[in-house]
Amino acid sequence: MNETGYLKILKDGVWTQNTGFVALLGLCPLLAVSNSVVNGLGLGLATLLVLLISNVAVSLIRNLVRPEVRIPVFVLVIACVVTAVELAMHAFLPGLYTVLGIFIPLIVTNCCVIGRAEAFAFKHKVAKSAVDGIATGLGFMLALTLLGAVREVVGQGTLFSQADLLFGELGKGLTLHLADNYRGFLLAILPPGAFIGLGCLIALKNIIDSRIQHRATAQPATVLIEAKS
Amino acid sequence: MRFKIVTSPHISQDVSVGQIMRRVLYAMIPGIAALTGFFGWGILINLVIATVVALLAETVMLTVRGRPLALHLSDFSAVVTAWLLAVALPPLAPWWLTALGIFSAIVVAKHLYGGLGYNPFNPAMAGYVVLLISFPREMSTWLIPHGLDQPHALSFLDALRAIFSSEWPARFTLDALTGATPLDALRTQIGLGLTVTEIRNSPIFGIVAGQGWEWAALGFLAGGLWLVYTRTADWRIPAGMLGGLAIIATIFYLADPQHYAPPWFHVWSGAAIFGAFFIATDPVTASTTSRGRLIYGAGIGILVYIIRGFGGYPDGVAFSVLLMNIAAPAIDLYTQPRVFGARRG
Repeated sequence: MNETGYLKILKDGVWTQNTGFVALLGLCPLLAVSNSVVNGLGLGLATLLVLLISNVAVSLIRNLVRPEVRIPVFVLVIACVVTAVELAMHAFLPGLYTVLGIFIPLIVTNCCVIGRAEAFAFKHKVAKSAVDGIATGLGFMLALTLLGAVREVVGQGTLFSQADLLFGELGKGLTLHLADNYRGFLLAILPPGAFIGLGCLIALKNIIDSRIQHRATAQPATVLIEAKS
Repeated sequence: MRFKIVTSPHISQDVSVGQIMRRVLYAMIPGIAALTGFFGWGILINLVIATVVALLAETVMLTVRGRPLALHLSDFSAVVTAWLLAVALPPLAPWWLTALGIFSAIVVAKHLYGGLGYNPFNPAMAGYVVLLISFPREMSTWLIPHGLDQPHALSFLDALRAIFSSEWPARFTLDALTGATPLDALRTQIGLGLTVTEIRNSPIFGIVAGQGWEWAALGFLAGGLWLVYTRTADWRIPAGMLGGLAIIATIFYLADPQHYAPPWFHVWSGAAIFGAFFIATDPVTASTTSRGRLIYGAGIGILVYIIRGFGGYPDGVAFSVLLMNIAAPAIDLYTQPRVFGARRG
């Protein structure tokens, strides 16, 4: 564990130990906010920012803090960062701030943030902690955006609706209408859609993983089968 | 998870899954005939669409999951799910609505949970609830039963056109063809402050419950009693459900007869009888112990009354069945029969 490569940190955060699809941490915002791509992307970016800053901060003070009191210190650091991010979003992205509502301050309670502080940043140098924060944040953002995309397409037949909340005037033309006269499928927008969608995405990830593994071990396996028959 | 049917150890009878499922299909025929008589060809067209889609979905899912096709297709479970769902749909429901409901039932509620015998929720009702939540307008467009106000002679072609291209016959306005169901009317008009007696004077109500509807209920009752007689369904579930519904309805009716409909109306209305004999008795998702089945049934009956009287939907059989499906394992756990000779408590 002493020599963890940056590439491995990145791969772990985004894919192998993805917060949303593998560790199943932070399910509350993941399920609640992912009803459209823009909402998912917005909260994903906010969480990414919080993870990056809190990881760097925790890593910086890791030699000053006694292990006995580390958890309250983590909580303080994370709460400060989230408050700052919340105020920043209120100032610069008021539309998205209103849509996401309570889920921005609730990033404090997202267990993947304190999880990374405890499991990674407290034990590693600043640069690595920063990469880990970005990787975990990207992974969470990927989960949020993917689930948001699935639910938005199935639920209302669009992609990137209300993109102006995130990208300003530029985003207005971004909305894609995938089908004319789509009646909408309300279930996908409602909470059950989040659970079913997340289940399907996790299943999809597992299929991809097992395919990759199968391909990696395909050579010896075929030999075995041939030997048996 | 193993599924164990509690039976008497002394009498054995060779009944395959396929035979049970076919009996359920036969038992539905009188009720379906009555529904067709009052609501026209749409009912039968829906049945055919549902059956075809269900068999297709079942075939695809079995192939994907690498299960023996012939064995599972010949057990008729997909057809039963299709019929149960199709009967619950409005007579002129667009074809995609039926297809989507069957897809949710067979693919999501049944096969994603492990297929026949492993699904925790009644597939037909899961599919129905998906539609009810997602498409409230399409799901509440019910025809007025035949013989009311005016005979709406919708021909076979009219029904076909309405279902497949959503073109309703131009010689009738939509209002002349569709109307509130009896339970719907009761709900809205009690909300407006009318008394039950005043509401019951409306022509949509018949002798016991809704005009036309009550005959369909009678048909399902006949089929259901036959199922109980042949021991295909345990009498405890329908008895528990209708009993629970009747008891809670009686309590409210005695407290204020002008505000709450009488128990016989509730038992005979909506999907209560159909649900009690055909939906709640699904052996996979119901409770399996004798006492548990009574409790399970009574729970559904009470929930149906609560949803009808105080909930947001006119009828609540589907939601109640799904809620009690969740409770079934817990009920089973606490109603394990005492082994003979074992200590009490």
